[in-house]
Amino acid sequence: MQLARIIGNVVCPQQDESLNGHRLLIIQPLDPAGRSSGEPVVATDSVGAGAGELVVFVIGKEASFATLPEQVPTDAAIVGIVDHVVVEQKA
Amino acid sequence: MIIASVMGHVVATQKHSKLEGARLMLVQPLELDGRSAGDAFLAIDRLGAGPGERVLVLREGRGASEVLGQPQGPVDAAIVGIIDTVDLLT
Repeated sequence: MQLARIIGNVVCPQQDESLNGHRLLIIQPLDPAGRSSGEPVVATDSVGAGAGELVVFVIGKEASFATLPEQVPTDAAIVGIVDHVVVEQKA
Repeated sequence: MIIASVMGHVVATQKHSKLEGARLMLVQPLELDGRSAGDAFLAIDRLGAGPGERVLVLREGRGASEVLGQPQGPVDAAIVGIIDTVDLLT
């Protein structure tokens, strides 16, 4: 899992019907210091995250577990909204 | 998922039985400003995406085979949406 910032959203009038009802949010992955880390991805949301929020997301087939028992074809899912990050020691 | 542009498609008359009926589209990943990002690859399509359209592409095998409608189908990417708008926070 990784931290990310929600930076936008995508609208697809025509999409796989399993995605209907799911918001598609553009997220920018971040390192623990809050710097951009890698390319933005489009993620489904299971926690009601909103624009600009810091979130936790998961990548891979496990992303679809976030919406079980509904089978949603996703490879990136937001699974938490971050209150704060505590970094005790730099790597 | 990533945003990509449809560049074309591949015709493969002889293919795995689970791929029959699936369109194989050539997609180019894009950055948010529309520039190309990385190498193009192939994704199955059941939505009827056409050349030049911006699409949402799933890059994960299990979900892609669900989109294909073939459990354990030998695919690793699928077009799951045809994009109308991309809104970015300014």
